[in-house]
Amino acid sequence: MSSPVPTGEGSPGASVATNTSPGLRPPTRRGTELVMLSFAAGLVTLALILVELNQERSLSLRILYLGLAYLGLFACAHLAVRRWAPYADPAILPCVALLNGLGLVVIHRIDLANEGTVFPDGSVWDPVAFKQVIWTAIGLLLFAATLKFLTDHRMLARFGYTFGLVGLVALMLPGVLPGFIAPEINGAKIWLRIGPLSIQPGEFAKILLMVFFAAFLVSKRDLFTTAGRRFLGMDLPRARDLGPLFAAWGVAVAVMVLQKDLGSSLLFFGIVLVLLYVATERAAWVVLGLGLFSGGAVVAWKLFTHVQQRVANWQDPIARYEKIGGGYQISQSLFGLATGGIGGAGLGAGRPEMIPEANTDFITAVIGEELGFVGFAALLLIYMIFALRGLRSAIAVRDSFGKLLGGGLAFAVCFQVFIVVGGVTKLIPMTGITAPFLSYGGSSLLANYILVALLLRISASARAPQRAPKPKPQQPAIADQHTVMVERPK
Amino acid sequence: MNTPLRRVGMAMMVMILLLLGNATWVQVINADEWRKNPYNRRVLLDEYARKRGLIIAADGTTIADVKETTDRLKFLRTYSNGPAYAPVTGYLSVTYGTSGMERAENDLLNGSDDRLFARRISALITGRDPVGGNVQLTLQPKVQQVAYDQLTAKGFTGSVVAIKPETGEILAMASTPSYDPNLLASHDAGEQATAWKQLNAEGSNDPLVNRATQALYPAGSTLKVIVAAGALADGKNKDTQYTAAGTIKLPNTQTDLPNFNGTPCGPGQTVSMETALAKSCNTAFGEMAGQLGANKLRRQAEKFGFNDPGLKVPLPVETSTLGAIPDEAALYQTGIGQRDVQITPLENAVVAATIANGGKRMQPYLVSKILGPDLKGIEDTEPDEVETAMSKDNAAALRDMMIQSEINTGGQGIGVQVASKTGTAEHGNDPLKTKPHAWYIAFAPAQKPEIAIAVIVEDGGDRGLGATGGKVAAPIGRAVMNAYLAGR
Repeated sequence: MSSPVPTGEGSPGASVATNTSPGLRPPTRRGTELVMLSFAAGLVTLALILVELNQERSLSLRILYLGLAYLGLFACAHLAVRRWAPYADPAILPCVALLNGLGLVVIHRIDLANEGTVFPDGSVWDPVAFKQVIWTAIGLLLFAATLKFLTDHRMLARFGYTFGLVGLVALMLPGVLPGFIAPEINGAKIWLRIGPLSIQPGEFAKILLMVFFAAFLVSKRDLFTTAGRRFLGMDLPRARDLGPLFAAWGVAVAVMVLQKDLGSSLLFFGIVLVLLYVATERAAWVVLGLGLFSGGAVVAWKLFTHVQQRVANWQDPIARYEKIGGGYQISQSLFGLATGGIGGAGLGAGRPEMIPEANTDFITAVIGEELGFVGFAALLLIYMIFALRGLRSAIAVRDSFGKLLGGGLAFAVCFQVFIVVGGVTKLIPMTGITAPFLSYGGSSLLANYILVALLLRISASARAPQRAPKPKPQQPAIADQHTVMVERPK
Repeated sequence: MNTPLRRVGMAMMVMILLLLGNATWVQVINADEWRKNPYNRRVLLDEYARKRGLIIAADGTTIADVKETTDRLKFLRTYSNGPAYAPVTGYLSVTYGTSGMERAENDLLNGSDDRLFARRISALITGRDPVGGNVQLTLQPKVQQVAYDQLTAKGFTGSVVAIKPETGEILAMASTPSYDPNLLASHDAGEQATAWKQLNAEGSNDPLVNRATQALYPAGSTLKVIVAAGALADGKNKDTQYTAAGTIKLPNTQTDLPNFNGTPCGPGQTVSMETALAKSCNTAFGEMAGQLGANKLRRQAEKFGFNDPGLKVPLPVETSTLGAIPDEAALYQTGIGQRDVQITPLENAVVAATIANGGKRMQPYLVSKILGPDLKGIEDTEPDEVETAMSKDNAAALRDMMIQSEINTGGQGIGVQVASKTGTAEHGNDPLKTKPHAWYIAFAPAQKPEIAIAVIVEDGGDRGLGATGGKVAAPIGRAVMNAYLAGR
């Protein structure tokens, strides 16, 4: 996309208060962030101690070192934020640190439970906690790099089409590549194996495509209202204006469905729907989208046995308990959650290893079993705080692209949590998707750290004092605010 | 764009609220349904993860032990001398649940009983794993072993119960055929399943049933002691005369009630109650029951422990009953322990023990002590006198008659005087062609009883149609009493 982002719509919103008085710098709140990070580090260390105690390991100074190392990692991330995005939201990084740390502890806990387990095929359980620590470190490096090199999120909009193309290719790659480099695991062909590493390009493609959609929608926004025709009481933009978007959307969702990655297709469908709604401010899109989704879901259910399986497992997991690909996994998850009850079995004291995929898709069930409803609710609230802080930044930021991208990213995390936790607790059929920051898996973690960096960048831009505050031609009455055009900061 | 963004924020909050609501449903409101689902092994595994308490015999021998394992269940239940004790200990199986003492004292053995509360709290504070309490039984290994060996030596199906008359302690409780509970306690699911299948197979003769408490048999002639007790209480004595006829007609019917082989009970027209009991004359006892009446007979039986549906020792015990006695003919038949009389071996031992104890019926029990995990006593079972079934004098008179009965049965004596009553209980649709059950109830030494027993051997044992209580069951009873009295 060659044209720069159009002038952002001036909707100063809440942030205006801190911006209108030049010379008075708002507080960066980095100290608050550091305090909250330390708190998170303390909680995570405590969780690790509990696991070690309950698994009857002898406590050693090692735990303290691990706790300090964890604090060190996030202290570096904190320093990166302090240097390259000083006005970033102070609550987002601590939320992420807590989730990531808790995830590491639970992954380690599952390792302990499965230590020495020999599988029917002769292979021995391979501990993965340390790998996840490495992934965390790499993720934080990527996070810092994103903050350093992406000095302004609007830079991304310039490469919207490129990102879209790269995203689509990355998404399709595992599907078209031969099996030795793109093996099918658990029925889904979404991995690329490069040497010892397995990468899910789809995780990154999601973000790339979101950038494309946001940039595209912002650049074409004016056309939506000026050109088009009314159809069934709603203003539909001309097909050629929205064509590329629908093409990319359709292809992406189709690819994910064909790769049997139901969770991702649902997530992606939802994200684009929300972007469309926010950009056009027309609720009709949501209605249309939900209709499309219902139709698509019915078609998928008719066409694919694996979709029928998931639905049947969801309806009555116990009835299909002993069937292959049946309700065993979801039943175990529910048994764990129910046995944990309100207070939980205690970290390390439950039996979450009975749930298949306990350290990836079902990791939230582990937390529900061992920390009980109390811990489970706390976990959901952490996610909610994270997502709402992200959304708040999107509301506060001044440019449309930032708003759209920020809102999309925040929604993406929340919706992903809904899909996976809803599946784990039998609210909706299980579709198989990772829990952001918690689940074991490098690609998901790296992609999510990039997502956090983008959110922080947007929030920093929202809260930072404008560098050259030009006197506004006219100070608008508050009621008229959103009709006023504000020049894009240079 | 802010308005739609705010709405998206609302949608996000709704999603989280939905998840919270659903979690409340699964983890709090509806949690029990999932927790108690038979597929949910977490609760069971938690119990296994605790070190289960031991089951110990009266002399301190460990009958049921635990062994630490490296597998997920952590502890393996082991039974030493399993088949001899299985009817009492029962089994503990991951797949098939529990039975016997393992079930009756489960809370105590797995450590969740309130009596262990103080110890649980201290375990919580000291951080040690909670462990189960131990159960000490009243079973005397020597007596138990002899009882089991006597039954199995000739491959009998049956049961032996021995009780200490003074206290009600159950000294032995054997039931055959038995089984090895170790197979069901195995952590190898395949081994468990194979054993379970074999034990429940057609023709396996129900080894999992503890016949001492769970099987009901016709009492046969052993019931005559209750009829005699009723008659004594009714003012009769050992010299009261009854008919000596070899066969009489049941009142208002054309059905014969014969003595064994139709033999007259004595040379004259009548015989004394003493002779009638010693020779086990059906005609005399039919008449005796007829004179006593259904109500008095039933009341006497209840004083001995019949019609007690809640009885637990603490294994649950089937209820012994006289059955319906609609008319006089039924009353005559009930008087010789046939018709609808149903009795467990345990109850028959209680009858013997009550007579031995001067007419005072003691509550039978199997658990003598409850011990904490540290083997320190928490609770001792106190002997409990339930009821006076007979006066002391009447009990002595009945005892003397039973001494005559023992002599008449050809008891060679076991060094001490024995008082006994045999029974040969007909059963089945064609009683004359069905092998009878052989009964023997007794106590010794007769003058100062220390052990009372009941023995039943199903279907004639090794004697077939010609079996009698005296030939098949009595030798077993004498051996068991001898084992106890010799080992005192």
